[in-house]
Amino acid sequence: MKSFTYERAKDPVAAARAVAGHPGAKFIAGGTNLLDLMKIEVETPTHLVDVQDLGFDRIEKTGDGGLRIGALVTNTDLAADDRVRRDYAVLTRAIVAGASGQLRNKASTAGNLLQRTRCPYFYDTNMACNKRKPGSGCAAIGGYSRQLGVIGVSNSCIATFPGDMAVAMRVLDAVVETVDGTGQRRAIPIADFHRLWGDHPEQDTVLKPGELITAVTLPRPLGGRHYYEKVRDRASYAYALVSVAAVIQPDGTGRVAFGGVAPRPWRVEAAEALLPQGAAAVTARAFAGATPTKDNAFKLPLATRALASVIAQSKA
Amino acid sequence: MKFETPAGTNPIDRMTVVGKPTSRVDGPLKTTGLAPYAYEHHREIANPAYGHVVGAAIGQGTIRSIDLAEAKAAPGVLAIVTAADAGKLGKGKYNTVKLLAGPQVDHYHQAVALVVAETFEQARAAAALVRVDYARAKGRYDLAEALKTAPLTGGSSDEGSAAPPIDRTGRFERAFAAAPVKLDAEYTTPDQSHAMMEPFASIAAWKGDELSVWTSNQMIDWGRSDLAITLNMPKDKIRFLSPYVGGGFGGKLFLRVDAVLAALGAKAAKRPVKVALTRPLIANNTTHRPATRQRIRIGAAKDGTITAIAHESGSGDQPGGSPETAVNQTKLLYAGANRMISMRLAVLDLPEGNAMRAPGEAPGMMALEIAMDEMAEKLAMDPVAFRVKNDTQVDPEDPKRRFSQRQLVRCLNEGAQRFGWSRRRAPGAVRDGRWLVGMGVAAAFRNHMNMPSGARVRLSPAGVVTVETDMTDIGTGSYTILAQTAAEMMGVPVYSVVLKLGDSSFPVSAGSGGQFGAANSTAGVYAACVRLRASVAQRLGFNSADAVFEDGRVTSGNRSADLRQAAATGELVAEDKIEFGDLDKTWQLSTFGAHFVEVGVDAYTGVTRVRRMLAVCAAGRIINPVSARSQVIGAMTMGVGGALMEELAVDKRFGLFVNHDLALYEVPVHADIPHQEVVFLDEADDKANPMKAKGVGELGLCGVGAAVANAIYNATGVRVRDYPITLEKHLDKLPAVA
Repeated sequence: MKSFTYERAKDPVAAARAVAGHPGAKFIAGGTNLLDLMKIEVETPTHLVDVQDLGFDRIEKTGDGGLRIGALVTNTDLAADDRVRRDYAVLTRAIVAGASGQLRNKASTAGNLLQRTRCPYFYDTNMACNKRKPGSGCAAIGGYSRQLGVIGVSNSCIATFPGDMAVAMRVLDAVVETVDGTGQRRAIPIADFHRLWGDHPEQDTVLKPGELITAVTLPRPLGGRHYYEKVRDRASYAYALVSVAAVIQPDGTGRVAFGGVAPRPWRVEAAEALLPQGAAAVTARAFAGATPTKDNAFKLPLATRALASVIAQSKA
Repeated sequence: MKFETPAGTNPIDRMTVVGKPTSRVDGPLKTTGLAPYAYEHHREIANPAYGHVVGAAIGQGTIRSIDLAEAKAAPGVLAIVTAADAGKLGKGKYNTVKLLAGPQVDHYHQAVALVVAETFEQARAAAALVRVDYARAKGRYDLAEALKTAPLTGGSSDEGSAAPPIDRTGRFERAFAAAPVKLDAEYTTPDQSHAMMEPFASIAAWKGDELSVWTSNQMIDWGRSDLAITLNMPKDKIRFLSPYVGGGFGGKLFLRVDAVLAALGAKAAKRPVKVALTRPLIANNTTHRPATRQRIRIGAAKDGTITAIAHESGSGDQPGGSPETAVNQTKLLYAGANRMISMRLAVLDLPEGNAMRAPGEAPGMMALEIAMDEMAEKLAMDPVAFRVKNDTQVDPEDPKRRFSQRQLVRCLNEGAQRFGWSRRRAPGAVRDGRWLVGMGVAAAFRNHMNMPSGARVRLSPAGVVTVETDMTDIGTGSYTILAQTAAEMMGVPVYSVVLKLGDSSFPVSAGSGGQFGAANSTAGVYAACVRLRASVAQRLGFNSADAVFEDGRVTSGNRSADLRQAAATGELVAEDKIEFGDLDKTWQLSTFGAHFVEVGVDAYTGVTRVRRMLAVCAAGRIINPVSARSQVIGAMTMGVGGALMEELAVDKRFGLFVNHDLALYEVPVHADIPHQEVVFLDEADDKANPMKAKGVGELGLCGVGAAVANAIYNATGVRVRDYPITLEKHLDKLPAVA
């Protein structure tokens, strides 16, 4: 771990300003991902701005019948909230499918959106990685890629976004609210929040330097039946090989997003329109143009079969 | 005490303490944090400096130069050790590869330097500033490729299995060609990591030319001897201590670099130094269970009698290394007049392969017991009945040798009955909601090994019995079973026995490995107690032969005395060790069992989840049923890991195990293990040792993987022969769902 300076921010705009004005600075909330990466020098911030005193720890109703989730609401509290469990069950299911109880107690809503990839080459500083060190190359391409991405990846990076919570938020059309150091606020649809890697895999999201997440809002409840199907080798405490977040309406229409396959939660609206035709129709469209490796080609049929299980449950 | 003839009746047979479920005597220390592990000897070492290991960034090549300027200038740095300034180092007898790289790099994450600083954080930060210029060389990292030209090689794991390069009985090829029913199949097992909870760690302190090392090691005398060789110093100047070990699984059988670099770092910094390997370093820096590629051929008559059996295995290791002896059990497990086993060893430049829990048998049984399942199906026989049919009570290669005890058939039959085996249906026939449900069985087999083991026992005037031996407790329960043994022998309660373990100043024991620890180390304490009883009887003026030690008293005929009286004029001390004659040549000493597993395979995703497991074991006298059960359920859990998820992924370009942390090298979590049951058959093996005990710690693993694999086949009708059985290996053959 490299030495760094540390401050505890007292208000959000000042926090954003502190990060924007200090090259190499980062926010820290729960620290469940950042500290691990700092210990192995995958992350080497020069300055940490701790946002834990900023509040942002409430879940409130919005004027249009949705929910505003403070950026610092813990994963545990979010998953356990009665309104979330009743009206946005896909979100609760996704959260409790991730990490462990201890980590969820500490991890924040904003931090979860910002967690970094789990590509093993990203984690090993001896290996080339464009995400860790821009321009150094990608050791994962041609290497061990069973966990890695099958679509939306690039010649620079084939990593995935590893989270579960964001996949559920994607089917719910969540919106990420931010503030910057000038006090400027912005509302970013989650569809646009995570970037595809392209030539700049070092940039995970569209956030500008110093831009601070203050809340995630959910629109009015969708109704329907909610599913989070997470496929993994062991029963708990493992990243998704493939996950499916879905909200299915009584008429068989609905929404679906996939996790573990791409740089961001993978939802193709034109594909989910095909839900009434069955899983294969949806995934054929959603994964058109996929570029899997030999190691992870199984994720394509797996996505179809995982979605088929959701559709079957919705009809049961 | 030399054990040369089968044990007659002895004080252990009373089984008033031995054989009784006994909670861990060290449990309260562990649950209150008072049992110091290797990194935690704060009482002995108040002000250590901290060492951080730099691992090699290449799989094969040389170090051109190392620039230490930045690291040396970093805050808190006291010293840096590299091969260039460490002086001439030897290589330990049990190490295949030298522990400190330079200029040659033998494998990825081989230690290149140790940075010593005032704090752990300073050492870690400075370690990242060590600039190493490497010349990368082409390495051999592809086992399948390397095996094409690999020679036949015999080998021993040093702590269990041994097998010659090739071994024939009868005429295998002819018998196999003539067999009406036959199987010829290939199986693979991957490289596996021990993934023990406690990382490798050591604290070293010098006093003049004397060195003390607190470490985490299974074999005190091996470690001490190899440290002396490595540092070119007299063994008697080293004190080597490992009183508590947080898991080893064979990874800590040997001297590793944490101990060596702590000693060198302490010398350079002129201060005690503690070193722990960080988790990401462990998989590549230390040893692992080597991958295997195995071919099994079985020929049988139509009635199921095996007429020909051959098992060939290939594995790889560093130059000078040894093969994974995966064919060993096939010499002994089933009858058959015509037999062949052979092993090939390829040279690889991956990290050093070595023993991991049940070396040889664990991966060997993963293959052999699938083959038996496949053969039973070809014969249209029940897999239990097929195994029973081919049981043998003699060594199939040498029918004059009988097994000392062999209750495999009873294990299978009793297990089948308890497990509800009769409810097993044809492959793919049982469905429970989205789950395809199947049952599988495998035999369990692991050889027993005799190892000399010494102990010293003391009787104090207060009647406290103290046991001193360098035996280790790696979480297995050694403290408890040694206390039970001394308590039984001296006729005192377990709480009157004090145990002092894991210290090279005590008599050399068997150590912990190869499931030989429990039986041999208790036999060593037995031997020392026999001597102490003789001293007690002499002090009290009794005839030692007929004195009974019971309830703190010594009784002979109508005379009786308080045990404490014997030490009233001064502590009594006795020391002895158990040694063995050739009973293990006359008789075949092995342990047996049967594993039954029920799995569900998700018809949609192909994911397998174990539903329930049963092990029935026949392994000699069970000294402590609760710690033995813990050993077996832990081993069964490890077997599930091997069957379903554990695999060190090899990057064949750069020569490393890529998934080198516990996030991506997955081992089972609680949610993977819903229900386990363990049954021990009554057995006392008088050919093994005076305790009449053998071991269970590895038996509990051998066969589990195949039982899971066979259950998956029974669930799906799709046979997978490559471990781990992850979903993509059968997904495309599962029934269509969309």
